[in-house]
Amino acid sequence: MTPAALRAEGLRKSYGAQEVVCGVSLRVRPGECFGLLGPNGAGKTTTLKLCLGLVEPDAGEIELLGEPVPARAREARRNVGVVPQFDNLDPDFTVAENLLVYGRYFGLRSEEILRRVPGLLEFAGLAGRADARIGALSGGMKRRLTLARALVNDPSLVFMDEPTTGLDPQARRLIWERLRQLTQQGKTLILTTHFMEEAERLCDRLAIMDHGRIVTEGSPRELIAQHIEPHVVEVHGPAVAEWTARAKRLCPRVERAGDTVYCYADQVEGILKDLSAEKGLVYLHRAASLEDVFLKLTGRDLRD
Amino acid sequence: MTRSSLFALPELSLRWIAVWRRNWLVWRRLAVPSILGNLADPLIMLFGLGYGLGAMIGEVHGSSYFAFLASGFVATSTMYAATFEALYSAFSRMHVQRTWEGIVNAPMTLDDVLAGEWAWAATKALAAGACLLVIVAAFGYASPARAVAALPIVVLIGLAFAAVGLAVNALASGYDFFSYYMTLVLTPMMMLSGVFFPIDRMPEAIQLAAMALPLYHGVAVIRPLLQGDLAPQLALHLGVLVAYAIVGFYAATVLTRRRLLK
Repeated sequence: MTPAALRAEGLRKSYGAQEVVCGVSLRVRPGECFGLLGPNGAGKTTTLKLCLGLVEPDAGEIELLGEPVPARAREARRNVGVVPQFDNLDPDFTVAENLLVYGRYFGLRSEEILRRVPGLLEFAGLAGRADARIGALSGGMKRRLTLARALVNDPSLVFMDEPTTGLDPQARRLIWERLRQLTQQGKTLILTTHFMEEAERLCDRLAIMDHGRIVTEGSPRELIAQHIEPHVVEVHGPAVAEWTARAKRLCPRVERAGDTVYCYADQVEGILKDLSAEKGLVYLHRAASLEDVFLKLTGRDLRD
Repeated sequence: MTRSSLFALPELSLRWIAVWRRNWLVWRRLAVPSILGNLADPLIMLFGLGYGLGAMIGEVHGSSYFAFLASGFVATSTMYAATFEALYSAFSRMHVQRTWEGIVNAPMTLDDVLAGEWAWAATKALAAGACLLVIVAAFGYASPARAVAALPIVVLIGLAFAAVGLAVNALASGYDFFSYYMTLVLTPMMMLSGVFFPIDRMPEAIQLAAMALPLYHGVAVIRPLLQGDLAPQLALHLGVLVAYAIVGFYAATVLTRRRLLK
């Protein structure tokens, strides 16, 4: 067995009386894209900070790229890139200067960094923008520059905390494409997200976290097969309340959330036939997705 | 963070220099207005008070009031430059721009970041103090050699106030917090430290209190130095400044860890 790129065992972290990470264990293989999913406040960011050695665990063990963390976190971080949740590009600098200044934090020589800059800008789709000020960049460009900055030390592992939050679909797709290129180069990616579509497309394996615990773990396909019936029918409309009672006879599992009823089933012909006769209902038939798994395991309540 | 790692001595690597260089790269572009500000502000005060009050006061302790005031201003200019950098500028980088958060994702400790900021604030203080020394020398109130001899003391004053400033920064909730420190701490300190007038005619209690103030000790070394003398209690003065620098930096480290490494 190859040694794990990241191994965490029984991590615990409390703030005051509240335990935000309660016994998390993770094993990420080299070269895979691993996703950490969970609602807001599930403990994802704290878990990442623990793995980077920026926060000390109350209990548990971490090994990042073969180095014990936090004891040798600084050494481990030499080969790690980080895309933080909130942009912290340096507004005092141009695009290229941001890379130069950041590379120096890794002890890299200026000439070495300047040699890498064109390639990094090319990768980030920012070629020709080397001298642009940060304020002049769009949200997507800033995010891509943050990604390029995380690669300035040519890391073997990159942590990404919600890499596409706040981006439009075009910008998001460009980031996905780049992340896939990174995994093709053999880099290990660990990302947190609450976009299920993103996790489904990018991650080889993922763990769903809630209330500081890992609720389930596996490949997106495995998780869907394991937790959810293959077909979903979403129904809403004025007559939905009365229809729900009937739905329960037609379908093994029916869930109601707000004004919508979700029917999960292996066979949906019966339900669809029944619905096509209904005037007061709007319905959508689709394949089960990771989002259904996520909502089943973490519930539908708001988490703010 | 555990108690022992919170209170551990700073764990530094030479990479703090990268933080200093970051700030230098920003400042380089603003160098000319910054230096003009360093020169203009104290010059206006110095000429206004030095010549205006000087005409009424005449001599203080055997030298012209202008020379007396100018040597005090070398120390206060240094103090204010270090403080501004360690409060307002460092707070922007720590809190507003989240620059420090970005840096500690690299193989840097928060202690490295603070050491870089400390050295940087002392560098800005050195620039401000040096500007004043150029004025003092240019007007013939001290020989260039004496002005140069005062530079290490300027650095020490800068390190002391930068360290205390970074500790205050770690406690700040916003920029408003700093006006308390400036108004309630630095302004009274300036009055009690012999910058504008000698304090040897003030009540003994006040003179004793002044002994606890870093600015008092800075002025007490620089003023005789510019006239070619060593301060009578040189070791005491230097010791207090060194203590403020070391204890201040340690406090800044512990308080900033408590604030950011949760």
